[in-house]
Order: sequence, then structure tokens, then C-alpha cells
Amino acid sequence: MERIPILRMGDFLLVTIQVDMHDRLARTLQDDLTSQIERTGAKGVLIDISGLEMVDSFIGRMIANTSAMSRLLDANTVLVGMRPAVAITLVELGLSLAGVDTALDVERGMKLLRARLAPSSRNGRHQV
Amino acid sequence: MAVTKSDVVAILSEQDVVLARQAVRRLAQDLGFGIVDQTKLVTAASELARNAVVYGQGGEMRWEKLSDGARVGLRLHFVDDGPGIADLKLAMTDGWTSGHGLGLGLSGARRLVNDFEIDTGAGRGTRVSVTRWK
Repeated sequence: MERIPILRMGDFLLVTIQVDMHDRLARTLQDDLTSQIERTGAKGVLIDISGLEMVDSFIGRMIANTSAMSRLLDANTVLVGMRPAVAITLVELGLSLAGVDTALDVERGMKLLRARLAPSSRNGRHQV
Repeated sequence: MAVTKSDVVAILSEQDVVLARQAVRRLAQDLGFGIVDQTKLVTAASELARNAVVYGQGGEMRWEKLSDGARVGLRLHFVDDGPGIADLKLAMTDGWTSGHGLGLGLSGARRLVNDFEIDTGAGRGTRVSVTRWK
């Protein structure tokens, strides 16, 4: 079955979405990510969507759900690489992904995840 | 206003939703739409194509390249012979869904285009036509 690969980097899981996903593929990714968090004890998930030319309500919901599910499993999710045209369209569509942490690129996203993991940030949020 | 070119794309499966939005991307690029307008059209098409598959039991997308004096546009008709929508006002409400979605499909798609028309009713399928001008 077709799947989006999930890479493990230390305490984090890294997903790079490069294909135009049909709905079942998006659902499979959501399931795979939550089971990998449980299996590996990962503390963070980084989702890179710089390859996506479009995020509609279904993919947007998958991202929001994954972020919420990860949080319940004690892992932070950071969404990175959203293209400006995608951000504009998503907000006009009515989806602002309010509960999802974002960073401009993979490097800043990793920095944000590491900051969340640092003991000093246990009681508060770090700015990156 | 003249239709300069048109064709039909079948939308019967989730994979066809992907093919429909790729077709719309190419058409919008052909017409010289900017990246934001392309993205809005493709996203609206994705929502409406998915509705045709999930709620309409499959249908088709007819596309038309339009020319009106100096301006060009793209019109998309999404047609299905599914159960139709009994309460259109409710279906166009943000956040209302009869299925498992977010309820942003119809109302969201309307915000992403210049013209939006819908013809539906209980038992007579659904036809949604959207147009975006360059």
C-alpha cells in the first residue's frame, strides 16, 4: 500500500509530504504517525509541507487532528514550509489551524521542537 | 462572453479528486493565473470534487475556458446524480456537515471564487458552477 515515509531523528519524527495526497493516503499518514509516536516514544513531530501546492479542508483537518493527537500522546507537532499562496487560501477557506504550531522551515521547526524539549521550558513556552 | 475550450473529467474516486485538481492547476496555468489565484481555484475544485464523490456518489467536472472582451476566466461545473441537498441554506453554513468533514466544503469554496452557483434539491442531484476571472 502507498505510504508517506516517516523518518526518525533522535526524539523526533520527520515527515516530508511531497506528493499530492488523496484522502486515504492522508488518513494513513495520520494513523502511521500516531502509532509511531506510541511505538518510539517520540517527543516531537515535524511535518514539512513545502512540497504541497494545495491544502484543502481535508488535508487541513488531517494536520490539525495529527497535532491534537500527538499532544495527547505527549509529543509536540510543528508544521513547516507552508507556501504563502497556501496560507492565504487556507484562511479564506475558513481554516486557520489555530492549534497547530508552525515554523517557516525545517531548521527553525527543529529548533522549536528542541526548545520545547529542554528542561528549562517545561513550565513555559520558548520563543525561537 | 465566449467559451473558447471545454472538456469533461470524470470524478468517481478519491484518486479522481487528485486528477481533477491537477487538471484545474494546468488550466489555470495555461490561462496565466497568478500563483494565489491558481491555488484558490485548485482548492475550491478539490472541495467540490470531493463532495461529488463522498456525497454525490461520483459525478463529473466540466471545465470551460472563458473569454469576455479583454479578460479570461475558468468556469468549472461539478455535476452529480446523488441524493441532492434538501436544505441548501443549512449546507452552505460554515461548520455544518452531514458527513464527517469540517463543513467548509461548499461555504469555503464559495469564498475562493468570483461566481458561485448551485442547483440542487432532494432527489435531483447537485450541480455547482464556479468561475474565477483573471
